[in-house]
Formats: sequence, structure tokens, C-alpha cells
Amino acid sequence: MGLDLRLPIGALFIALGLVLIIYGAVSDPAIYARSFGINVNLAWGCVLLVFGLAMLAASRRGAAK
Amino acid sequence: MTLTFVDGLIIGLYLLVVVAIGLALRQRTKTSEDFFLSGRSIPAWVAGLAFMSANMGAQEVVGMAASGAKYGLMTSHFYWVGAIPAMVFLGLFMMPLYYGSRARSVPEYLKLRFDEKTRLLNAASFAFMTIVSSGISLYAMGLLLNLLLGWPFDLSIWLWAGIVLLYVFMGGLTSGIYNEVLQFFLIVFGFAPLVILGLVDIGGWSGLMASLSDVSLQRGFPADALTTVWRHAGSAADNPLGVGWFGITMGLGFVLSFGYWCTDFLLVQRAMAAHSLSAARQAPIIAAIPKLLFPALVILPGMIAIGLTHRTGGISFPLKPDGSLNYDLAMPLMLARYLPTGLLGLGITALMASFMSGMAGNVTAFNTVWTYDLYQAHIRPNASDRHYLNIGRIATVAGVLLSIAAAYLAARFNNIMDLLQLVFAFVNAPLFATFLLGMFWKRTTGHGAFAGLLMGTVGAALHHGLTIPAHAIAGIKGGWLAILHTYPSEMAQNFSTAIVAWTTCFLVTILVSLVTASRPAEQLTGLVYSLTARPREQPVTGLFNPSLLAPLVLGAALLLNLLFW
Repeated sequence: MGLDLRLPIGALFIALGLVLIIYGAVSDPAIYARSFGINVNLAWGCVLLVFGLAMLAASRRGAAK
Repeated sequence: MTLTFVDGLIIGLYLLVVVAIGLALRQRTKTSEDFFLSGRSIPAWVAGLAFMSANMGAQEVVGMAASGAKYGLMTSHFYWVGAIPAMVFLGLFMMPLYYGSRARSVPEYLKLRFDEKTRLLNAASFAFMTIVSSGISLYAMGLLLNLLLGWPFDLSIWLWAGIVLLYVFMGGLTSGIYNEVLQFFLIVFGFAPLVILGLVDIGGWSGLMASLSDVSLQRGFPADALTTVWRHAGSAADNPLGVGWFGITMGLGFVLSFGYWCTDFLLVQRAMAAHSLSAARQAPIIAAIPKLLFPALVILPGMIAIGLTHRTGGISFPLKPDGSLNYDLAMPLMLARYLPTGLLGLGITALMASFMSGMAGNVTAFNTVWTYDLYQAHIRPNASDRHYLNIGRIATVAGVLLSIAAAYLAARFNNIMDLLQLVFAFVNAPLFATFLLGMFWKRTTGHGAFAGLLMGTVGAALHHGLTIPAHAIAGIKGGWLAILHTYPSEMAQNFSTAIVAWTTCFLVTILVSLVTASRPAEQLTGLVYSLTARPREQPVTGLFNPSLLAPLVLGAALLLNLLFW
């Protein structure tokens, strides 16, 4: 269809990752009592960011071919 | 549960991308085939993931967690016995006929293979049913968001239906497919933290088994009944499903699953949109890979939730009016328990995404069947392509408005919706027999197919009218004619109804076909398996070659069954 779907997926997950990482960095540690003291926003934000970047990279590689 | 600014931001980002995709696709949607079939241009992995998530509406997500809480690990029969073999069969044997015949819809295949009346029967019941199920899922979403977040029911319904309308109107099926793939990743990343935290909390798999054995014993089942898939399938009374191995393999595994995965246009449409025959064949088989693992994401949370009910400081399920546990809340309860602000927004976004793409799936299937199989076939045959594209867009608006109406109907009269779903179950149950005979026995005739479908539906209704599940009152649950047999559970009765419908349709189709004239073989090329040349495909290298991937997927399903025996 001409629009590479990996592009919007990559963009969305990079944005979501950044939001979670920034929020994880500034949020009150008390809210992580429910996740056994682990700052899950920070940790999972990194996972989303990596996934988003991988999607973008795959999209660029596909476009270069 | 309250949402903060960050949660709102996450939901907002998702909605932004959804609308942006629609806008980007708007200019690329020029012909009716672009709108209804994505111009047959979708890559295999996109079609595959869309195929997998088109079925993953939020009702399914919430419902699978509920079943996990109620039936335990046996719920995975819907995946490892039900879905996987049917998806592989569709990819290997049926897609060459659906795709190769150039039919634009499943009803159109019936028209090409049989005749107009068979298509009309299938198209009309399918179009009506997609609207009803889209309305029911809209209603369920309004209810859930009201319960969880206190959002007004009317606002949710109009807002979400409006967004679905916006993006389907602009990009047609491609919008639908792209958002389904987006939803797939949101579900994976939205629910995975929940499962990880839940497993840590309950003490891993062994902790879960220990907690669930208490629940199981308390309900009067063997201790491991909620954590094994086959061990207690020997007797229906010993397992929480209330169904024995014959019902599971024949009713669920064969009749219901093959009927659903191989003939439901909502799903098949995704594979039909693929850019080539080999991609169309790969799509359902690629879809089977995540399907193998999804029980961990959608069933496991329900099992953890019910396991935690036996722990101090654990979870307590609210009760339904009849005093039973409200299992439907398993997933929301888990979201609320483990996810802090931030990840909670992601989890809620995943739920909303699955609601919307479930509805969009119904709407895209509806507008296609309406335009091609009802409007073009019966109302205005020879109009321009532009005209059919416009009709498709109008049908999209109409489909969304009708879904909203159906949602309000469901809110006012729950019984009507139950009744409609029951009737559709009767109509759908025999379908796979018709396709199996049509595709693999060249002697099958149009009259045979039509008579078989009708009699199969009658057979299903009769079986339902003459039997009843234990502890039920005669009426919508069955036994409305007489009670000749009592089943241990509602599911056991459903599976038997399906088997009866399928067998009736199979036999009647054969008998009527034998006494009516069949079409000459040259007219059936491309429509019947034995008369269709083996597709000369672009050789697919590597793992995604269907004939390599299919045995791998089936082997993995077998392994999972053995592992959790």
C-alpha cells in the first residue's frame, strides 16, 4: 500500500518508551510498592524504546533495499 | 482505578497514531479493491498478525482471562487444539482456492463454487451477524470503561465508534489491518508486565500450581485440574470445562474451530488482502506462531487472579447478582493490582485498542460483504468502480451507526442479543461441512450445499431444543421442545450441537448432491482442490516457507499439549 507499517509502530513505541522513562525518572517511588519496589515504568519504558528503535531500523533497512 | 495525566498522554499518543495512519492511507485508497481488499498488497507478516488480532477483540481478551479463572489451563484447548490446526489447514489447503479463485469475499467463493442462493444465505446472515457482534463488543466496552474509570456509557460508545468510523472511512481495510497489527504489539507490551509481576507475586509456576490446587479442591475437582490440559479430560465430571476428550477434539477442535477459522470472512479477508498467493498462504500460519504463546498473555492472568483469592491480601472477586464470582473482572483486577500510573495507561490503551480493532474488523467485513455480495449482486450490478467505493464508504457509516444501535439494544434487552447469538451459532455450525465438501469433492452441487446448510441449521436448533445443561432452566439454554438428554455443562452441550449440525449438513449435502446434476469439471478449475493445478509459487526461502513452517507449528502445539498434559 506504499506506507511501511513499521514506521508508525516504531514512532509510537519510541514515544511511549520516552514517556514511561521520563515519568519513571521523576515519579514518586512510593507508587512502585505494588510492583515490589521495582521502577517498572523506567524498566519497561526502555524495553518499548528498544523495540521502537528496532522497528524503525528494520523499516530503514527495508527502504534501502 | 483513576487515570492520571501520564496515562492520558499514553492513550492520546495511541489515538494520534491511529488517526495519522488513517490520514496517510486516505490518498492511497482510490479503487474499491484498495478499500475492500487493500489492493491485494499486504506483506505476509502484516496479514498474519492482523489475522491473529482480528479475533482478539477486547471481549476475547477479557473473556480468555475470565475463562482462565473459571476453567484454568484447559482454556488453552481453544488455542492448542482449536485454533492452531485450523489455521494451518486454512493456509495449506484452503487459501489456494480462496485466493486463487480471485473471489473477493467468502460468500463470493460460494457463488463461484455453488450458486447465488448459497451465497445469499451466507452473505445475509454474515452481514447481520457482524453488526450484532460489533454492537455487543461496543456495549461491553462502554460497560467496562464505566466500571473501571467511571466514564459515561454514552460518551464511550459514541467516541470510540466515531474513531473507528474515522479511520475505516479513510483507509478501508488497510486502516483496519494496520491498526490490528498495532493492537497486537500493544497487547503484547501492555499485558506482559502484568504477567511477569503476577508470576513473581504468586511464586512462579510452582507457586501458581500450589495456589490453584486449593481452589480446585474447594470446587470439588482433583488438585491439578486447573493446571493441566488433558489429564482429567477422560471424564467430563472431573474437569472444570465439563467436557470430555471427544467433545474437545471433535466439537471444539474440529467442527467449531475449523468452522470459525477457515470460513469466517472477517479472518479470511485479512489473508485475501496479502500481496501474493504465497503470502496469503503464509499469513494464517505466521499467525499461528504468536497464537501458540498467547495463552501466557491472556489466560495466565486469569489463573493468577483466581489463585490469589486464597491468599491474605490477595484478590477478591466481586459477586454477580446470582452469587457466583464475576470472572469477567479477572483482567481489570490484575491491571489495578500490579500496574502503577504509566504502565496502567499502557494496559488500558491495549484494552481500548483491542476493542476498537475488534469493532473495525467487523465493520470492514460488513462493508465488503454488503457492497460486493448484496448490493452489487442484487441491487445494482453494473455500476462504475467509483460507485462501489462510495457505497463501501456509505456502508461503513451505516455499519457503525447500526453497531451503536445494536449496542443500545444490548444494553436495554440483553436477552435479545443472547437469542440472536444463539441463532447465529445454529447458522454457523454446519458451514465447515459445506466448505470441506465444496473444496475437496468435485461432485458437490449447489442444491446439495444449500439443502445441507439449511438442514444443518435445523439439526442444530433441534438438538438444542431437546437437550439441556445440568442445573439450567428450559428456555434459551435449551430444552425448549423436550428434554431428552442432560449435559454436564453448557459448553458440552454447545460442542454437541456443533457436532450434530456438522454431521447433518455433511450427510444431507452428500445425499442431495448425488441426486442433482453436478457442474462440468472445467468450470470448477481453481475452485476444487483436485482440479486446481498446484500453485507455481515464488519459492519462499527460509523459515517462512509454508510447508516447512506448518509442521513446525503443529509440532510445537503438540509439544505444549504434552508439556502441560
